[in-house]
Amino acid sequence: MSEGLATPQMPGDPADARARERRWRGLFRSIGMLPVLIVLGLLVQGLDLWLTGEGRFLSWQNLSIVAQQASINAVLGAGMTFVILTGGIDLSVGSILAASAVAGLLVSQNFGDLGILAALVVGLVIGFANGALIAFLRLPPFIVTLGALTAVRGIARLLGNDTTVFNANLPFAFIGNGALSIAGVASVPWLIIIAFLVIVGAWLILRRTVLGVHIYAVGGNESAARLSGIKVSRVLLFVYGASGLLAGLGGVMQAARLYAANGLQLGQSYELDAIAAVILGGTSFVGGIGSIWGTLIGALIIAVLTNGLILLGVSDVWQYIIKGAVIIGAVALDRYRLRGSART
Amino acid sequence: MPAPAEGQPILTLRQVSKTFPGVKALRSVQLTIYPGEVHALMGENGAGKSTLMKIVSGAYAPDPGAEIRIDGKPVVIDGPQAAQALGIAIIYQELALSPNLTVAENIYLGREPRRGLAIDRAAMTAGCRDILASLGASFGPRVVVGELSIAEQQMVEVARALHARSRILVMDEPTTALSARETERLFALIRRLKAEGLAIIYISHRMAEVYELADRVSVLRDGGYVGTLGRDEIKPETIVRMMVGRDLSSFYTKAHRDGSGGAPVLEVAGLADGKRVRRAQFTLHRGEVLGLAGLVGAGRTELARLIYGAETRTAGTVRLAGKPVAFASPAEAIAAGLVYLTEDRKAQGLFLDMSVGDNINLGVIGRDAAFGVWLDRAHAYARARDAIATFRIRVSGPEVTVGALSGGNQQKVLLSRLLATEPKVLILDEPTRGVDIGAKSEIYRIIDDLAQKGAAILVISSELPEIVGIADRVVVMHEGEIVGEVGGVDGPAITEENIMALAAGVALREPA
Repeated sequence: MSEGLATPQMPGDPADARARERRWRGLFRSIGMLPVLIVLGLLVQGLDLWLTGEGRFLSWQNLSIVAQQASINAVLGAGMTFVILTGGIDLSVGSILAASAVAGLLVSQNFGDLGILAALVVGLVIGFANGALIAFLRLPPFIVTLGALTAVRGIARLLGNDTTVFNANLPFAFIGNGALSIAGVASVPWLIIIAFLVIVGAWLILRRTVLGVHIYAVGGNESAARLSGIKVSRVLLFVYGASGLLAGLGGVMQAARLYAANGLQLGQSYELDAIAAVILGGTSFVGGIGSIWGTLIGALIIAVLTNGLILLGVSDVWQYIIKGAVIIGAVALDRYRLRGSART
Repeated sequence: MPAPAEGQPILTLRQVSKTFPGVKALRSVQLTIYPGEVHALMGENGAGKSTLMKIVSGAYAPDPGAEIRIDGKPVVIDGPQAAQALGIAIIYQELALSPNLTVAENIYLGREPRRGLAIDRAAMTAGCRDILASLGASFGPRVVVGELSIAEQQMVEVARALHARSRILVMDEPTTALSARETERLFALIRRLKAEGLAIIYISHRMAEVYELADRVSVLRDGGYVGTLGRDEIKPETIVRMMVGRDLSSFYTKAHRDGSGGAPVLEVAGLADGKRVRRAQFTLHRGEVLGLAGLVGAGRTELARLIYGAETRTAGTVRLAGKPVAFASPAEAIAAGLVYLTEDRKAQGLFLDMSVGDNINLGVIGRDAAFGVWLDRAHAYARARDAIATFRIRVSGPEVTVGALSGGNQQKVLLSRLLATEPKVLILDEPTRGVDIGAKSEIYRIIDDLAQKGAAILVISSELPEIVGIADRVVVMHEGEIVGEVGGVDGPAITEENIMALAAGVALREPA
């Protein structure tokens, strides 16, 4: 945690220059993957120009599509960032997303907008259940959420009677397909606005609140956190609750886009994309180090890659292979660059 | 310098330096070891003994310019394997055995005999039996190591070293966890190994052991080489002077008024945890520095953690300022004004990736925060600056990562965190462990100052001179119980002998 509590600087201090340099290095670390994102974008644009002569990637319309594609993953990634910062993992977010979406759609059929609340509550409750098992029974997060991955998938199917749930008149469909018109000049899709608000909220919590410091502390050294009076179980309960809640929000976004949800298929392997976004963002897998902006960039890298490969007409099979290779390659590059300066 | 052992030295170190970020751990150290000698390496904590031995065993690389010779030939020890190949074996304080494997598997680890693709267990068992028998071990090769006592595990380490045909054996404080009888047997073993021509580098704090065992003594201080004494020159006073580099009386600070007659602040009675602690009781007074002495394993840390709410008690009472308390968590203890400094600052105390500022403020950010939520960064920054100035923490600013600091400065950061909560009672567990001499005496001054301001302080320490130097009164723990007390208004004198006798379970004679 290079950018800590102690950011204000006294002017004229001899340590001033060094402190400034250190802050720059901290900033550099948190934007570490930004160059990769930019290079990737330019590469897609260049290849498209070369192959088709069109250069379709860098258009407002396409960039907006990329951002929308990244939005749900960014929301899940924000929750995952909290969890991974404490040294944990949440494998259940894809399943929670599916259960929430199904629940939201079912409730919306009779109660309209209350569907949003239903989806969020389902996410939060499952998240807290994960958190309670991890915090109070001291079970390993990997095992608890691996179990939840399967069990909650079953709950999603059960809720929808193992069929696809529809609502053609979804009252909150604007969330998935509408856009906010700003002074008649620009219109920003609601998916992007929601994702951005979530990221800013997560940043505020991590950097400006006591809870944020405690999250870093628990991930940095759990036994020291306990001994120094931090209520570790509360912190764990919060991060898994937050991850569940945000997965519920992801469910709302997904349902609003599709007007439908299938408990079996929706959100399959979304947890892996969310984890990939966090790791691409430079957050340490053992906890204690990382930033939410990195996660945003990580989610964008994945979206650019997916969008670019489709744009370039790469076959589905090769998309998988290339995506996996880029994730490993980008992280390897990052580790090489930061050699010796941080753990895992 | 006398030349005790004849012939060519087996190991020669010259110009060995080691720099870590922010601290020079070794400065141009030299050492000469002969075959068939027990060479004691002494020095205060933080003097550089462990760093030097980690260089010898290949765990650290020295700074460029170091010269290491074995049998007169220059060598490069670039890893533990290289050290092993050169015949160097090291037995660390924390034993490096796999507790889930058998004795034979541990001894042969990495060198398993094979028959085809399979491990040749029969050959392993037979090979170990010989070595174990020659060491006089009472256990067989098939026993799982986790079931052995610490002394027996040490024997396994020695067996492993012998099996690897090591000629230089480094032992880092091997007797800390041993009983008197086990120590005797270890010494007999060391003498036998010595007679067989092994060179033994023996790291210890205990003067008596060194006096009994060592052929020569080399002393390090603050990362530098001070000198080497021959057998005839080994005298406690000489060694202490070499280790400390100044008079002991100016080293400890005891300016506060003896607080052992003050009002009781912390009263502990019949405290037990069902494991290590049995019926512990003592009283700590306002303005008092109370020492808690005892051997390693006597239950001192466990007792402290019980009081602090980090463990669950099974019996007994604790009163804080007269009111009974039973803290369910450290958070409750801190809120009541009782803090605990852990003996293991890296594993249990500090957040090494976080800044000095965050580490200092961690206990109080909740109190300072607006609505208990939003961080008050300006306040935190000012507090960190204050602490850095008051405790002379050598760091360029609060934003530096704590992991980059030296042990002494890390300890002061941790102390600053405790003091930020403005505690009334402090339990300090080995407050100067792994701290250099300068920081040590500053920590003593901080403790003295706190007592003067009326805090009640319990100091747990394994270093007797430290306890004798700073405490008003000392209670001694033995096998989970407080077995005696020295000092205070009319108790027996606070001497190392009196404390040691109690710690070993011997009753004190009534003072005449």
